[in-house]
Amino acid sequence: MIIVDSLTKKYGGFTAVDHVTFRAEPGRVTGFLGPNGAGKSTTMRILVGLTPATSGAATVLGRRYADLPNPGREIGVLLDASAQHAGRTGREILTLAQRTMRVPRGRIDEMLDLVSLSEEESARRVRDYSLGMRQRLGIATALIGDPEVLVLDEPANGLDPAGIRWMRDLLRSYANKGSTVLLSSHLLHEIEVIADDLVVIGNGRIVANGTKSDLLEAAGTFAGAADIAVLAAALTAAGHTAEPSLGGLRTDADAAQVGQVALAAGVPLTELRPADGAGLEEMFLELTKDDAREEVAA
Amino acid sequence: MSITPTNTSLRSASAGDPEGATTEVMENTHTAESARPTEFEPIPFRTVLGVELRKAFDTRSGFWLLAAIAAAGVIATGAVLAFANNSDLTYDNFAGAIGVPMTILLPVVAILAVTGEWSQRAGLTTFTLVPHRGRVIRAKFVVTIAIGVASMALALAVGALGNIVATGIKGIDTTWDLSPTSILYIVGADLIGMTVGFMLGVLTRNSAGAIVTYFSYWFVLPTLSMVLAAHQTWFKSAQPWVDFNWDQGRMYDGGFTATDWAQLAVTGTFWLLLPLAFGLWRVVRAEVK
Repeated sequence: MIIVDSLTKKYGGFTAVDHVTFRAEPGRVTGFLGPNGAGKSTTMRILVGLTPATSGAATVLGRRYADLPNPGREIGVLLDASAQHAGRTGREILTLAQRTMRVPRGRIDEMLDLVSLSEEESARRVRDYSLGMRQRLGIATALIGDPEVLVLDEPANGLDPAGIRWMRDLLRSYANKGSTVLLSSHLLHEIEVIADDLVVIGNGRIVANGTKSDLLEAAGTFAGAADIAVLAAALTAAGHTAEPSLGGLRTDADAAQVGQVALAAGVPLTELRPADGAGLEEMFLELTKDDAREEVAA
Repeated sequence: MSITPTNTSLRSASAGDPEGATTEVMENTHTAESARPTEFEPIPFRTVLGVELRKAFDTRSGFWLLAAIAAAGVIATGAVLAFANNSDLTYDNFAGAIGVPMTILLPVVAILAVTGEWSQRAGLTTFTLVPHRGRVIRAKFVVTIAIGVASMALALAVGALGNIVATGIKGIDTTWDLSPTSILYIVGADLIGMTVGFMLGVLTRNSAGAIVTYFSYWFVLPTLSMVLAAHQTWFKSAQPWVDFNWDQGRMYDGGFTATDWAQLAVTGTFWLLLPLAFGLWRVVRAEVK
């Protein structure tokens, strides 16, 4: 269980993280989604005590991170797979973690096995690792203490499609065992397939937070029609929302209501289905767009 | 690199998950909780020490640096043996020849012990596993000093061996002209040098920056102050009270008076302890990225 309570981080006049509040529950995969620079990594760094918060608090398993007696045994962290001394071998990096956490030596080979790094690869220096291999090594380091909570920042970066699939299965099995899994991504689709809960962040603020099914439901109905403008007007007149969406419109009315309105207005429907991720995707694109614009302005 | 989930897998996941997952989770959390210890033992300091000691040797730069120190010692002994006049085959010269490369290189060991966490970004893992950074830094300091003391013990031993072998070969009397007090002065001066390296590491948190600063401190500053002292009489009299490097250098000659110690304490506080305190204060607060 991770509880983040009104976390704020300011750099001079710039607010990187603005009153961020959310929970990651045990037995569930919580997806932390946001465009690059939205404050995901900063929030995660504050969570594990690498960055001091300006205000607010975060707890892991009911305690502040710094109060955990042996953090690696309770929370596995992978913030940046490339943040390793390039001159150490993969096995050496795992050995340092194993010794610090005081877990049995056998865990090193178990973890190498789990992340499919061969004996020969583990003897190579990290300098010669591909990003995918570093990512696997980072996951091995995070899991070596058999923690109850996992925090992973963009773990799919650099993995090939098979690797992404493997990672997804791994995280799912961890959550099914009752672990808390918090992972971030800037790719909606990547997180949509694995997460049970979603926390969406943009410009340092939480913009959506809930179970994936709730968020998808909130997206309403997607309708395509021969004349979208007429259907939109009819829906609005009937007291529903109607927003243009790719090739049609999105409304908060359910499918039956849309059918009724279309029939009354005499507009033939060409498509009618739950909007699914469309709403989320648009919200996400909107966030990304704002962000991109700010970068241009700056 | 984004994977394209098929709509069916997406739907089945969102439709099937919520209830199924929650019930399964409830059971599993129970078993998980009963199987785990409720409280882990805090990480003992000796564990942090052991890990930090290992880290001093487990990289190429660390390993070769220490190997170079050892090699320089052996080469220096050989050079004294081969080139020195009979009258110069004394313990002081042997120990000195070995000690000079060590005096210069040991502080680099101290620098790299600290800066690797930042320059190589290894601190991201180190400080998540041991969130109290002060403990890590303390362990690094203890390890640094231990490596320094061990290296100097080795230098003195190799020097003694060289002295015995050399005088034996040439058939002259073995001279032991290095008193225990002189040895303590030398060890003390070298440890101060290592602490300077450690301070620079903590202050800059950057390998290249710290090493450049260290060599400027070692080679450029003394020359400048020497020139200044030669041309400005006011500086010549003030130097012992302001020039830490000069005070540290005088330690190799030993025989400090109360005034000498006071001067070392004044310059040491100003040039070493205060920057070190400031660096430490920042290290425990700074963001680790």
